[in-house]
Amino acid sequence: MKLRRSMLFVPGSNTSMVCNAFVYRADTVMFDLEDSVAISEKDSARLMVYHALQHFTYEDVETAVRVNPLHSIYGLLDLEAVIRAGVDIIRLPKTDTVEDVLDMQEVIEKIEFKIGTNKKTKLLAAIESAQGVVNAVDIARCSDRLMGIALGAEDFVRDLHTQRTKAGSELMAARAQILLAARAAKIHAFDSVFSDVRDKEGFAREAKYIKDLGFDGKSLINPNQISVLHKIFAPSRDDVEWALDVIEATDNAKEKGLGVVSIDGKMVDAPIVARAQWTLELAKASGMLGGDE
Amino acid sequence: MNKIKKSAYAGTLESSDAFVQIEPIEEDEIRVELTSSVEEMYGDDIRELIKSVIKELSISYISVKVQDKGALDYVIKARLQAAILRANEDEKINWDKL
Amino acid sequence: MINAKDRADMKDLTPSDAKFFKPKEKDNSGKERDSKICKTIEESIKKSGLKDGMTISFHHAFRGGDKVLNFVMDVIAKMGFRDLTLASSSLSSVHDPLIEHIKNGVVTQIYTSGLRSKLGEAISRGLMQKPVQIHSHGGRVHLIKSGELKIDVAFLGVPVIDRFGNATGYKGRSKCGSLGYAMSDARYAKYVIAVSESLEEYPSFPASINQDQVDSIVLVDEVGDPSQIGEGATRMTSNPKELLLARRAAKVIVNSGLFKNGYSLQTGTGGASLATTIFLSEKMEEENITASFGLGGITGTMVYMLKRGLIKTLLDVQSFDEFAAKSLGENQNHIEISANQYANPSSKGAAIKQLDVVVLSALEIDVDFNVNVLTGSKGILRGASGGHCDTAAEAKLSIIVAPLTRGRIPTILKRVNTIITPGNTVDVVVTDQGVAVNPKNIELKKRLKNAGITVIEIEELHKKAMRICGKPKPIKYSDKVVATIRYRDGSVLDVVKALA
Repeated sequence: MKLRRSMLFVPGSNTSMVCNAFVYRADTVMFDLEDSVAISEKDSARLMVYHALQHFTYEDVETAVRVNPLHSIYGLLDLEAVIRAGVDIIRLPKTDTVEDVLDMQEVIEKIEFKIGTNKKTKLLAAIESAQGVVNAVDIARCSDRLMGIALGAEDFVRDLHTQRTKAGSELMAARAQILLAARAAKIHAFDSVFSDVRDKEGFAREAKYIKDLGFDGKSLINPNQISVLHKIFAPSRDDVEWALDVIEATDNAKEKGLGVVSIDGKMVDAPIVARAQWTLELAKASGMLGGDE
Repeated sequence: MNKIKKSAYAGTLESSDAFVQIEPIEEDEIRVELTSSVEEMYGDDIRELIKSVIKELSISYISVKVQDKGALDYVIKARLQAAILRANEDEKINWDKL
Repeated sequence: MINAKDRADMKDLTPSDAKFFKPKEKDNSGKERDSKICKTIEESIKKSGLKDGMTISFHHAFRGGDKVLNFVMDVIAKMGFRDLTLASSSLSSVHDPLIEHIKNGVVTQIYTSGLRSKLGEAISRGLMQKPVQIHSHGGRVHLIKSGELKIDVAFLGVPVIDRFGNATGYKGRSKCGSLGYAMSDARYAKYVIAVSESLEEYPSFPASINQDQVDSIVLVDEVGDPSQIGEGATRMTSNPKELLLARRAAKVIVNSGLFKNGYSLQTGTGGASLATTIFLSEKMEEENITASFGLGGITGTMVYMLKRGLIKTLLDVQSFDEFAAKSLGENQNHIEISANQYANPSSKGAAIKQLDVVVLSALEIDVDFNVNVLTGSKGILRGASGGHCDTAAEAKLSIIVAPLTRGRIPTILKRVNTIITPGNTVDVVVTDQGVAVNPKNIELKKRLKNAGITVIEIEELHKKAMRICGKPKPIKYSDKVVATIRYRDGSVLDVVKALA
């Protein structure tokens, strides 16, 4: 499974950020054509993102684009552009129902067919309403293109008739529901953005909290949040030691032709090996074990 | 050769961006006026780029004014194409040419 | 008593031509005690014996807030002097009025570490007949001591002084902190005029410039503009690219093999460099490591590290902001050193020879690791040599931190436009696209790789920069040399030519 701890929001109308976002090594760079782009700039931002996606600086970066809703006059144009440009993931805004996903899937399929690409564009559904949260379980399961679901907190709290707080109690129910829905469907779960970029402690606290809840990652609005998030998601030294032991023990067992492996008297089965491999991947991505953060 | 329907602009004057203004002219030519913060290093390349983007769209009878603030090639291209699409009032877009 | 016969045999009495004692009348009035104080700059200049063709010097501790140089130069011009050599330890953007003095023939030769703004541009376009001599901070003292740069009259701006010439920089309204560069001029100039705005009671000690070095004192309204002296040098950056560079530079230091108790550190100003210190202090606290000293231009972040016990001593040749200036007066482990004690290669003891790690910036770096910090992408003089080549040459580990590109301007080139620091003294280049290690540092390269740092060949960085920006057209120069780059040992390292 690909690591997706950090998903960096880049407004499609912010040229400097579009040109520089690749350097920060977010797990995914997500260009935005929706809320951060003024109506008068939709066309120009679309072209900017279209070209950026094809630029060599984004060759080795997983890219996503938050397109405008299909019912707007921009949605279809956005999709035409970014699928041609080879985007990896389409982020659906304001997903309320299964139909929203299926409609989007259908349009994407048509465009892919028309341009004759083999690439199967993935989908990420952003859930931003009470209705969406209630339908999260069905949404998470409705399409094999869906790689994850994400909480969009700003619109959600408005729908809930409350506002965001530092403690985050207003998001408790939504986070739990989205996480469970994603896990049950075996896809990723992403937390919402933390918008006060100056409040580093607040961000770190929230990141730790959602990591402990079980989220795979978080949407970010400032590149400076990436290293903080990755540090929080890094495995502990003890975890890494344990994972190295597991891999060493299984390798030894294989060499000796032993079927059963145990460490400290505990049997090591396939899920434990997978867990250990995952921990080592994460360690490398966190700048441990000879990986660069 | 095609003409653009009206004058239009796209882009900003922020650093790393370009501000592009285009307008139709009577003469069958591509008239380029560039001011660039990287004129000495890339001015000629940028003028070439502007012309090739316009030729790719089979457009002539056009005057292009670009104020470049150190934009990368693809940014200039995106801004120029946006201006042209605006000038032609967003006809059906031929993505293969963009 | 000596009699007539003794007088005749004088030669045998002393090994020299000593004259016979003649009693002089003693002056008990005490009026001589104020005799160094001149009412005007003009009076002090007359006393100094300044003549056409001589060399005058200034220091740059007030940076962008300096009021002394322009004021003194206007007086000198009015007095009708011509053909002077101006030796300022550096020049900043406030010194653009020099253009007129050059045009009028008052100044015909310049020695400086830096040139900026309109003055830099005018000189790049061929304003002067004789090329400007660009020196490093250490190299300047070497030029003075080796006799090439003979300072006839030094005009040294000082925040406070007593009537006999004892002066300090860490007190008064226009505090500039260390007077490190002025100290070397005071020591070697033939005639020293101290220009101050505040007179203290004699004796004012401890003093940076001492009574036996000062010939005349002039009091003026202001020597500096306090709001411009710091020039925002310690502003903590929030620029994500600078922070990324800083984190990476700190990681290089931590894994260099030098990061252990008692190591020593120098960082420059500028966002990435300052932020490196912050990330480094976090790591030092985590691993319980203390540095023996911090060197060079001292900033508020270094002072913070001193206060937290992360650095034991600061050796300060220039205080970059008000925090550093204040700390110099308050903290006994914050020590003022002269330019000679800081970086002069022919000094009996330059602190850089004890330095472990230096973090430096760059305008351009080339595939041979040469660094340019003087001329910009258009070939115009707009920077300063500073302590760049001095520290790179002497520190055990010299790290250059720079973004791969600035907008569309590439930082890594095939060949820098001007060499200030030769590539063989540069150990590591840290960019946002990877870290390049000078091929001679085989061991270091291994260490950094093992630590998980993306180590990449500098040619690859160059290729990537070219792919992003395109290959730039070379700058068009004429044949006229406008600046000569003097390496720290006085040799000619490079030249800057006028723009075509």
